[in-house]
Amino acid sequence: MSEKQEMIRLQNLKKSFGDLEVLKDINLTVRKGEVFVLIGASGSGKSTLIRCINFLEMKNGGNIIIEGKSIDPKKDDLTQVRQKVGMVFQHFNLFPHKTVLENVIEAPLVVKKVSKEAAKQEALHLLDKVGLAEKADVYPSSLSGGQKQRVAIARSLAMKPDIMLFDEPTSALDPELVGEVLETIKQLAKEGMTMMIVTHEMGFAKEVADWVAFMNQGRIVEMAPPQEIFNNPKEERTREFLNRVL
Amino acid sequence: MPGIAHLIQEFIRTLPFFMKPLLLTFELTIASVIVGTVIGLLVALLKVSRIPGGQLLANIYITLIRGTPLIVQIFVLYFGFYKVIDLGQFWSATLALAIHSGAYIAEIFRGAIQSIDKGQMEAGLSLGMSSAQTMRRIIMPQALKRSIPPLGNQFILSLKESSLAAFIAMDELFSLARRLSAETFDEMTYFLIVAFYYLLIVMVFTYFVNRMEQHMAKGDS
Ligand SMILES: Nc1ncnc2c1ncn2[C@@H]1O[C@H](COP(=O)(O)OP(=O)(O)O)[C@@H](O)[C@H]1O
Ligand SMILES: [Mg+2]
Repeated sequence: MSEKQEMIRLQNLKKSFGDLEVLKDINLTVRKGEVFVLIGASGSGKSTLIRCINFLEMKNGGNIIIEGKSIDPKKDDLTQVRQKVGMVFQHFNLFPHKTVLENVIEAPLVVKKVSKEAAKQEALHLLDKVGLAEKADVYPSSLSGGQKQRVAIARSLAMKPDIMLFDEPTSALDPELVGEVLETIKQLAKEGMTMMIVTHEMGFAKEVADWVAFMNQGRIVEMAPPQEIFNNPKEERTREFLNRVL
Repeated sequence: MPGIAHLIQEFIRTLPFFMKPLLLTFELTIASVIVGTVIGLLVALLKVSRIPGGQLLANIYITLIRGTPLIVQIFVLYFGFYKVIDLGQFWSATLALAIHSGAYIAEIFRGAIQSIDKGQMEAGLSLGMSSAQTMRRIIMPQALKRSIPPLGNQFILSLKESSLAAFIAMDELFSLARRLSAETFDEMTYFLIVAFYYLLIVMVFTYFVNRMEQHMAKGDS
């Protein structure tokens, strides 16, 4: 059996904010169709890691290899890279001055220069997929948090990314709205989307992850399939963390 | 104090004389605010951009304008534009006022741009948009909307500040009031009358700014 394509590979990735070393030699690989879940205490560097992959933060060392190509932020066109790597944020970051539909068609229109008709059709299809077709013409302010996050997912999908990054997509939601967003992400996993997800939802992680990495103080302490890391963690610190959150 | 009957009588008598200066005050104000808005927008963009030297240039301009009295600026700029570049009286005065208000308008725009959540820029970038595209299509429309109420305020300030153009021989409202008082030695009457004109315009304008704010608040979250 041939190995599946490497979508993300990080080699000795380093990131500091001033004197603070936030990522210390991160190494990992995510292959096509895999769901890679990052867990760890607040402040351990999960957001920074995921933001480096999308070049919202610039690495200080190491390599970021996307679909086999090592990306140099100084030379490479980052807008090209980001078109392949979608991102969903904790606080949704929808465009408040645009309707739901306009949010979804914005990037295809502006970046890919898709015709308005085609962009609309695709957007309605995606909104239907996340269960929000009937909200196409309202403004984000009238949506619930869960609905906003599903629109954000549709907006990201509209660029037809190869990889999706999620940074705590349900942490800003009321508990009763978490489920609908997780369902949407599970659906993407079933369709074979390559994803990297930061989450505190351990049940969800167990269910969808191919790999779970536990981060602590800027390092990946342990990386394993979910049944291993949750049932049989090898590292003391992983055990401590899981005891606290489970 | 002049009697109220005398004031009203003089108000009515001088009404026709005040129409042209009133119009000129309007023209000066509107032209200087429009030019000042263009200057302010460019300076604000310079300030938030990472163009080398851009921030420094913007800061020097803003510091100079904020750090010197308006009347001094008007004299320096007016005579610069009028005598050195020969732009004519109206445009020299307009540009002098515009360069002054531009510094304050730049700060209004800069504040509005920086008040937009940085998640908006990140969302645009994460979708593959360039920072210029995100600025133009996502940040600026929201920032401009937030700028409207303070711009309304700046318009009112500019309207009142345009009275200083009287000192560079523009025949606007305040200039006429000065001439009428000099001719009649009845200073209080004409200064009160001109104050009334300014107050009237400001109140009418404030009414519209408030209505616009209320209208905009409705569409917001
Ligand atoms: N822009 C920044 N400037 C300075 N420090 C930062 C910045 N972003 C994150 N940090 C610091 O980096 C560390 C890791 O943060 P983060 O990646 O957000 O962790 P997590 O997502 O795991 O909670 C924290 O100590 C945080 O305070
Ligand atoms: Mg985080």
